[in-house]
Amino acid sequence: MSTQNALSLSGVTKNFGKAEIIRGVDLDIRENERHVIIGPNGAGKSTLFNLISGRMDVTAGEIKLFGNSISGMSPHKVNRMGLSRSFQVTNLFPNMTTLQNLKCALLWDMKHRYAFWKLVNRQHAVTEKAEQLMEQLNLVHRRDVPAGLLTYAEQRALEIGTTIGSGAKVLLLDEPTAGMSRTEADEVVELIRQVTRDCTLVMVEHDLGVVFNLADRISVLVYGEVIACDTPEAVRANAAVQEAYLGTEVH
Amino acid sequence: MSTVQEERLAAQAGGGAQIWVRQLWPWVVAAILAILAPTVFSSGHDIHMLSSMGIMVVFALSYNMLLGNTGLLSFGHAVYFGLGAYIAMHALRYTNDAVLDGTGYGIPIELIPLIGGIAGLGFGIIFGAVSTRRAGVVFAMISLGIVGLVEASSLAFTGFFGGEAGLFGDREDVNSLFGIEYSRSISVYYLVVAWAFIAAVAMFVLRKTPLGWMANAVRDNPERAQFVGYNTQMVRFLQFCLSAFFAGIAGGLFVLVEEIVTDEAVGFLLSGEVLLAAYIGGIGFFLGPVIGAILVVYLESNLSAISDAWLLYFGVLFIGVVMFAPMGLVGIAFQQWMNFRSGGWRGTLLARGYCTAAALVALLGFICIVEMSYHYLRSWNPSQPMTLFITDVNVTTATPWLISIAIFAAGLGALLFHAKPMLRRAADTAGGQQ
Repeated sequence: MSTQNALSLSGVTKNFGKAEIIRGVDLDIRENERHVIIGPNGAGKSTLFNLISGRMDVTAGEIKLFGNSISGMSPHKVNRMGLSRSFQVTNLFPNMTTLQNLKCALLWDMKHRYAFWKLVNRQHAVTEKAEQLMEQLNLVHRRDVPAGLLTYAEQRALEIGTTIGSGAKVLLLDEPTAGMSRTEADEVVELIRQVTRDCTLVMVEHDLGVVFNLADRISVLVYGEVIACDTPEAVRANAAVQEAYLGTEVH
Repeated sequence: MSTVQEERLAAQAGGGAQIWVRQLWPWVVAAILAILAPTVFSSGHDIHMLSSMGIMVVFALSYNMLLGNTGLLSFGHAVYFGLGAYIAMHALRYTNDAVLDGTGYGIPIELIPLIGGIAGLGFGIIFGAVSTRRAGVVFAMISLGIVGLVEASSLAFTGFFGGEAGLFGDREDVNSLFGIEYSRSISVYYLVVAWAFIAAVAMFVLRKTPLGWMANAVRDNPERAQFVGYNTQMVRFLQFCLSAFFAGIAGGLFVLVEEIVTDEAVGFLLSGEVLLAAYIGGIGFFLGPVIGAILVVYLESNLSAISDAWLLYFGVLFIGVVMFAPMGLVGIAFQQWMNFRSGGWRGTLLARGYCTAAALVALLGFICIVEMSYHYLRSWNPSQPMTLFITDVNVTTATPWLISIAIFAAGLGALLFHAKPMLRRAADTAGGQQ
């Protein structure tokens, strides 16, 4: 294959006690593709994200990021290797302003690390990049508002901003449009399309409109197993998916 | 003030020169106050108190690097103060010996606090590596364990710690970088002020560095901090070591002022005291621990001379702050000031005055009750008259008790059932008119 796999999961399993939540997932995500994972509630989509991002350890199997194994690594190390994620529940620094949140996301990637001998506000490259990001996110007018006081849609946009800010090549977005109105969701989808032009996107989404609009390929996760992984058209036509997802008998 | 608010103020201020003026003036005012303070408080006791305040300010600020900035509640910060103090004391004694024998120059007295700081940093690295693996309750418990360990060691290893008598040194047989005689306590006071300023500025600036920002980030949302690439344990560890460094500097200054150091310097009591100082002042504000430290030292130094019950008042003050003003005294002042600026005081001045007056009356009654109780329970002859403010009273009779309780009840009752509702109504009407 000419395109390298950005992320590849082989035989990934996760048990909580005796309960098998993820049951041997094999999944290859190509570089620069937009890959959406769908599936009914409780299928294990968020758990899968937690496993990939290092928030939880896998019980068995291996996860590779650009060919390097990342299973069992702590989240900050996974992040430094080029993977970043957002959460289903908004997860920001609520007391910091929009600008400060973005700066925090940029600091490590721009090599400032644990420095205590330079001032953040003197790092003009960081400020500039944060301002650029802010423009992309349409949050310029909210520059100095604490993140905790932004509207829900703005918080989600900011979270996408922090996710891409950390310089990641692979983005995991966990239901970025959950709880949004139609227009808000459309704006966010447009934003995602823009910011993921040259990186790999893996996204969990419930809204099928969004899914078919954005995805290059779709994986369907049901009871901890991938039952289909194909282009949107093929998935739409897949009988097993229809049965699992819509719960209808196929005649 | 929190970083967020400062950033916003700075953003509003606009031009570069203006920002400098806005940020510099509090430092200039503080410097002038510190330099002029000995002209007002000029007795030997007062100068000693001022020096102790300077030390406590550095110590409380270093403590707030943990509690306020990183969200680490430590019950054993005196370990780094005390161990810094002991090492500094050894440096001072080494210098004393060298100067008295005429065998060497020793360490210049101005640099001895730095020795304390380096010692604090060293022990911070050792103990921090163990304790900062986790935040929250685990960290608090480990800090408690470490202070117990070190306090016990201080009595066990008499060679290093000098046992119960502690270690002595003196600041006369030393060399100074600038040829200053430090036998007078006023000279030491200015040395303390100089070091306190250096340390305070450094700690202030640290909050604006990438590490300082990420310390706040780790405090507020450790998970998100990890997902932007930061090892939260490392952030806590570095912040802890730097905090221990400044605590050690405070310990070094303590040695120069007191010329003696005992096991109290590494103990539980001092660890608790610095927590109280930072908290009473307000941990969300840079100025908080400064005000808290000054107040705590002042109360310790003066209230203890006036009343046997000073520790009780101290405890009541702490409980009051924790319960009614968790943002601390500076927090209250800041809140009221913002309220005042936005016109919230308009039309409520009378009610506010009434509230304050009622609270003061209740306080007066409370003090009377406490003082009489102390006299009754602790004097060898309770029927002997005691002086209470302006009158002499006999606490074995009922009258002074009844009057005190009446004053207390009247003040508290007026505050709760009349003054506060009145303030609320006044605020509502004033708000309604706007």
